[in-house]
Amino acid sequence: MGELRLMKGNEVLAEAAIRCGCDGYFGYPITPQSEVMETLMELQPWETTGMVVLQAESEVASINMVYGAAATGKKVMTSSSSPGVSLMMEGISYIAGAELPCLVVNVQRGGPGLGTIQPSQADYNQAVKGGGHGDYRLITLAPASVQEMHDFVDLAFNLAFKYRNPAMILTDGALGQMMEKVELADFKPRWTREEIQEISGSWATTGKTASRERNVVTSLEMDPGKMEQNNLRFQEKFKAIQENEVRYETFMCEDAEYVLVAFGTSSRICQKAIELGRAKGIKVGLLRPITLWPFPSEVIASMTCRVKGFLSVEMSAGQMVDDVKLAVFNSGCTVPVEYFGRMGGILPSPNEVIEALESKLINR
Amino acid sequence: MTEELIIAGFGGQGVLSMGKILAYSGIMENKEVTWFPSYGPEMRGGTANVTVIVSDSRISSPVLHEYDTAIILNQQSMDKFESKVKPGGILIYDPNGIVHPPTRTDINIYKVEGTVTAVEMGNPKVFNMIIVGGYLKVRPIVSLDNVEKGLEKSLPARYHNLIPLNLEAIKTGQDIVEKVN
Repeated sequence: MGELRLMKGNEVLAEAAIRCGCDGYFGYPITPQSEVMETLMELQPWETTGMVVLQAESEVASINMVYGAAATGKKVMTSSSSPGVSLMMEGISYIAGAELPCLVVNVQRGGPGLGTIQPSQADYNQAVKGGGHGDYRLITLAPASVQEMHDFVDLAFNLAFKYRNPAMILTDGALGQMMEKVELADFKPRWTREEIQEISGSWATTGKTASRERNVVTSLEMDPGKMEQNNLRFQEKFKAIQENEVRYETFMCEDAEYVLVAFGTSSRICQKAIELGRAKGIKVGLLRPITLWPFPSEVIASMTCRVKGFLSVEMSAGQMVDDVKLAVFNSGCTVPVEYFGRMGGILPSPNEVIEALESKLINR
Repeated sequence: MTEELIIAGFGGQGVLSMGKILAYSGIMENKEVTWFPSYGPEMRGGTANVTVIVSDSRISSPVLHEYDTAIILNQQSMDKFESKVKPGGILIYDPNGIVHPPTRTDINIYKVEGTVTAVEMGNPKVFNMIIVGGYLKVRPIVSLDNVEKGLEKSLPARYHNLIPLNLEAIKTGQDIVEKVN
């Protein structure tokens, strides 16, 4: 068993990055995620593993540093919170277009604009539907505990390198600031030059040798015919991710007549709501998407014909509910899909969730 | 066993550290723990509160609308949280600065003269540990041995010389807590 500690979600992101052999972190401080870089600066991994930690002059600079470092086959990341992630969107689109692996963490806060510094999930659409320009997708992981904040750093890097695509951990200020028991992984050494050659030598700018062609990293292609071919290749990749990488968790769904759909902090609130609902005799369960993209549409479709309705519980104005509706639409059965949520940094409480379930679905 | 606790008072009273020490003590007992603070500009000088959940099983929501126990250390927090203690639950407060004492009759109310006693002990900073002592007397969710281990884990090594003083404060709190209703 690994070392047990009581840690904040933000602190554990930093600890997990060092332990999984991350080569570089480039970031700019913003509440409620500043502890990520603070912890890295305190741990000084450049003295131990050799990981680079750099405070850039802005979020635009950080994401472009990630872009440049990722082009060399290094394992690199950044983190920010909502307004900062908006600034990174151009860079993320370029990274997706250049087919580079990296990790971006969004510890969301209330928006739009500068909004609040309290927790929110209102960047769901930005993460899973684009955000930046062009036809690209972000592999999007949604942790629901401090332990998962730790575990998903390594997972996100694995998926990013497997598909040569940026991955995002979409979390929020509550999980960033919350402390829980976490079991830390053992230290994995950073990749050596030879290992990078072996893993990413076919595309990364690792130094041209006489025996191979130049590796060119770019998202630019002046010939629209070739650009369409690039896009078709991306779409094939996205299809493979959708087929192979869907992750989710169900809770008390076996006999459920009503299913709450929620991720991250709101999924934790829903678990408590289910305890309250079950105590009142309501057969209610939870589907928790772990990957927000690819979205677990098929498992929702498989439940549709045996349940009486779905309630998407969000810390946003009704974003994920669209994906739940789409999954239900494609299932062939028709059941109501409703939304309940709070916005702007306010968290829904467990009893509010059950009241919404009763008013919107059970007594409709 | 699941204990859902809120500790609420002024920023600077040590509300967040009380929660952290209880959470670490819970880990020492192999329990699941969640420590969820109010955070943001209101922490600096204003009110501060932290939800601590200690449980034998996986913890669900960090966000709660009612609590097994509330530890209340100022009037604003009394106004906000007295009504949020579950019927049959526990409210512990320090009467210092409380103008309107709690009035509910369906909960168990205790008081700990923490502020006054800390001054008598010659160290106002141990105020929060006196309150923790009072709480642990009423709700022994963790053993004192594990609180000591929790203190070792949560305090930086340079403060470990203060652990005996903190343990003494906890024991004092256990002695002076009194039931009000």
